[in-house]
Amino acid sequence: MNLLRHARYVLSENPVTGLAFGLFALLLVAALFGPILAPYNPLQSDAAMALKPPSAAHWFGTDQLGRDIFSRVLVATRLDLSIAFASVILAFLLGALSGVAAGYFGGWTDRVVGRLADTIMAFPLFVLAMGIVAALGNKVINIVIATAIINFPLYARVARAEANVRRDAGFIEAARLSGNGEARVVLGHVLPNIMPIMMVQMSLTMGYAILNAAGLSFIGLGVRPPDAEWGIMVAEGANFIQSGEWWIALFPGAALMLAVFCFNLLGDGLRDIIDPRKRT
Amino acid sequence: MTAVPALAVEDLSVEFRTRSGTVKVLERVGFQVDKGETIALVGESGSGKSVTAFAVMGILDPAGRVTSGRAMFGGSDLLALSEAELAEQRGRELSMIFQNPRTALNPIRKVGQQIADVLVRHAGATRPDAPKAAIEMLKKVRIPDPERRAEAYPFELSGGMCQRIMIAIALACRPALLIADEPTTGLDVTTQAVIMDLIGELAREAGMATIFITHDLALAAEYCDRIVVMHAGHIVEAAPGRALFAGPRHPYSAKLLAATPGETATLDALASIPGSLPDLRRRDLPACRYSGRCERRIDDCVRPLPHREVGERHMVACWNPL
Amino acid sequence: MHVLLDIDTLAKRFPVGGKRLLHAVDDVSFTIGRGETVGLVGESGCGKSTLVRLINRLLDPTSGGIRLNGTDLAGLSARHFAGNANRARIQMVFQDAGDSLNPRFTAADAIADPVRRLKKLSGAKLQRRVEALADMTGLPRELLSRFPHQLSGGQKARVGIARAIAVEPELLILDEPTAALDVSVQVVILKLLEQLKQELGMSYLFVSHDLNVVRLLCDRVLVMYLGKIVEQGPAGEIFADPKHPYTRALISAIPQADPEKRIGRLRLGGEPRSPIDPDPKVCRFYGRCPKGEPQCASEMPLLRSVGPARQVACHFA
Repeated sequence: MNLLRHARYVLSENPVTGLAFGLFALLLVAALFGPILAPYNPLQSDAAMALKPPSAAHWFGTDQLGRDIFSRVLVATRLDLSIAFASVILAFLLGALSGVAAGYFGGWTDRVVGRLADTIMAFPLFVLAMGIVAALGNKVINIVIATAIINFPLYARVARAEANVRRDAGFIEAARLSGNGEARVVLGHVLPNIMPIMMVQMSLTMGYAILNAAGLSFIGLGVRPPDAEWGIMVAEGANFIQSGEWWIALFPGAALMLAVFCFNLLGDGLRDIIDPRKRT
Repeated sequence: MTAVPALAVEDLSVEFRTRSGTVKVLERVGFQVDKGETIALVGESGSGKSVTAFAVMGILDPAGRVTSGRAMFGGSDLLALSEAELAEQRGRELSMIFQNPRTALNPIRKVGQQIADVLVRHAGATRPDAPKAAIEMLKKVRIPDPERRAEAYPFELSGGMCQRIMIAIALACRPALLIADEPTTGLDVTTQAVIMDLIGELAREAGMATIFITHDLALAAEYCDRIVVMHAGHIVEAAPGRALFAGPRHPYSAKLLAATPGETATLDALASIPGSLPDLRRRDLPACRYSGRCERRIDDCVRPLPHREVGERHMVACWNPL
Repeated sequence: MHVLLDIDTLAKRFPVGGKRLLHAVDDVSFTIGRGETVGLVGESGCGKSTLVRLINRLLDPTSGGIRLNGTDLAGLSARHFAGNANRARIQMVFQDAGDSLNPRFTAADAIADPVRRLKKLSGAKLQRRVEALADMTGLPRELLSRFPHQLSGGQKARVGIARAIAVEPELLILDEPTAALDVSVQVVILKLLEQLKQELGMSYLFVSHDLNVVRLLCDRVLVMYLGKIVEQGPAGEIFADPKHPYTRALISAIPQADPEKRIGRLRLGGEPRSPIDPDPKVCRFYGRCPKGEPQCASEMPLLRSVGPARQVACHFA
């Protein structure tokens, strides 16, 4: 309840954060209730209604197969957000935990994690993602894995630096004196302290994760048609820009932009709420 | 004492704007330091002793504002000078050393160079000559093997050595006034003694006025000519060290002494100060900020604080002194 | 007096590249009796922190014995000591209370942690224990839900103390517990510590730079220099009549308002000798000591008795 009151305070102090939270709420609603709220079946083609511009009947117009773009954009939210959430959580589990262990224990743990991160960073990240999806198979789950892997070095590096700083802090020694074994110290005492910065990290990478998924789908890896996903929709719409049907690519593109924007702002706000030091 | 004092602070008031209100950190603070004299500003945290020094040096936090008062130094009012004029004075006529010497020095610049920088900036030394003059300063602060140490970085030196470097930087241009903000907190007691002796010696040699800011009353008494006791932004008493210890006149000074471990024989004889600091954000602060917890409070205590001479250079701001 | 802690020729030598060794703690021996407060003083770099970490088993010794009421603790590894049944018997109050409290834990969480881990309490029983500890240390119960940055220096100190006594240790190590506090708050905390010691029957090892506080609180004092104990004895005697030149320098450096009370000033110049591979035949204080006879450079002075319960390591004391 203290948390709620503090959350309200942070939101009132910082209207931009409030905006971000509002947008996030909107996205969540779209993700959860998209299929129910959609006015049309997103997979239903109707050749007669193909390539119609935005109108009262079709707010975002229709695409080359006569599908309602608004419905597709709405329904795609669920897929895009799921991919993003899953990637970020997996990246956190892999990267943050390794990083904290590396930063706290040093020695061989640090060396192994460091070399792993270096190996990943040696590749251009998007190319690596492409390679991973291509190797593992053209499935949504592999987009999640690929995104998590390419984000591993970033998470590991931040977590390691934060853990390293706290390693010699008095409260860590106190935790040992209180009977906490090493694993418990790392998970129960060090990790909670790096969560605020990890939250910002996770929120920022949500944005990249969505873009990454969209990018992979854009080039035909990962999500396959006729599934509704923003990236694929932009890819399909790109073909029609020259001929003047701008709405097919624009609206999914705008949705992408809004989502990334929202998550970037969200990160800062979340950090303020979670970090007890910001509370007065 | 008809000579012009090195520094005369009159009626200094400082406010801080914070999220939860305006804090009247200092109210009508006034004291003076004569040439060659060493005084101590003593008080607990929240007494305003450091803020006083920062206000005089012109390095207050941006949220702080001087709302009244003058600081007469070398014929001009420091508080009325522009930033450029103050920058001319700082380092040359008016110097400061800080707590925690290692963090006050530039960590990525050799210490010899840091001394040379001040000489070039303020003493008109030329770049080629400055390093030699810097080594002379190192000798003056008795750093062994000065030629080699001048090439060291702060992290390579001990706390005591870093403090000597700070002193060398501060005194390089032979300022008329040195302000030392808790210069020995964190140093071992043996190092503290050596540093305090060194500052005292250099001050006497140069006829420099010194202001020590400290929470350690005994340190103030041993090394300073006079002690100025501060409480919640007010000066409550000012006296030579021995007089203060032998007979404190302000109830707060007496309580402070009674809480100082070195002055009692047993733990039981130590007494804490009842009550706590008033909230300095209140608009209705009493004239005497100690009256809220003073057992000697009388009706007169709501009137503006008096300044009573109760002995040789001994002033107390109290309506009912001991 | 019943011996609680028995330290026997304890040593810690850190490898520092090549075959060189840094002698942080060098064959230190002393005891702490039940109900005693023993002070440990010495300048930075003398090995106090290392000695403390050896005793509270955060660090493994290179050699030597640590016995707590007969139980050998030196043989147990520091890495696994957290899970050992003896963990609760030695606890510590840290110097910087702010740094020693987890910023993400409330005061209640901090105090509850050792109780949960070492006494296996949980739920309502745990809550009651935490509240009782808060009462014992004078911490208002409503502050238990606050985070460290919302507490004053004195309040943080109380949380640190409550946490340390939570598991009823036999030996409590206090590492400069009042260094960061105002003098008035310090009085309150020192009196609290004294009261708790009597109530809970603990022994204290009190590490401090502030010799005035040591004088008030401690029954006996150990003076350390460059890894060795150079003098030990009853507090009153050490302060009134220091025998080792280093102790003399230390005591005479304490600021004293009354010039009549100042004992002969002994100023120490220079820096301590290097603790890396020190010559075992040369007194560690040689070179900085105002005395300096040939014997000091050819024979290491050992601790020897110069009175009942009084020992000095100097050829000329």
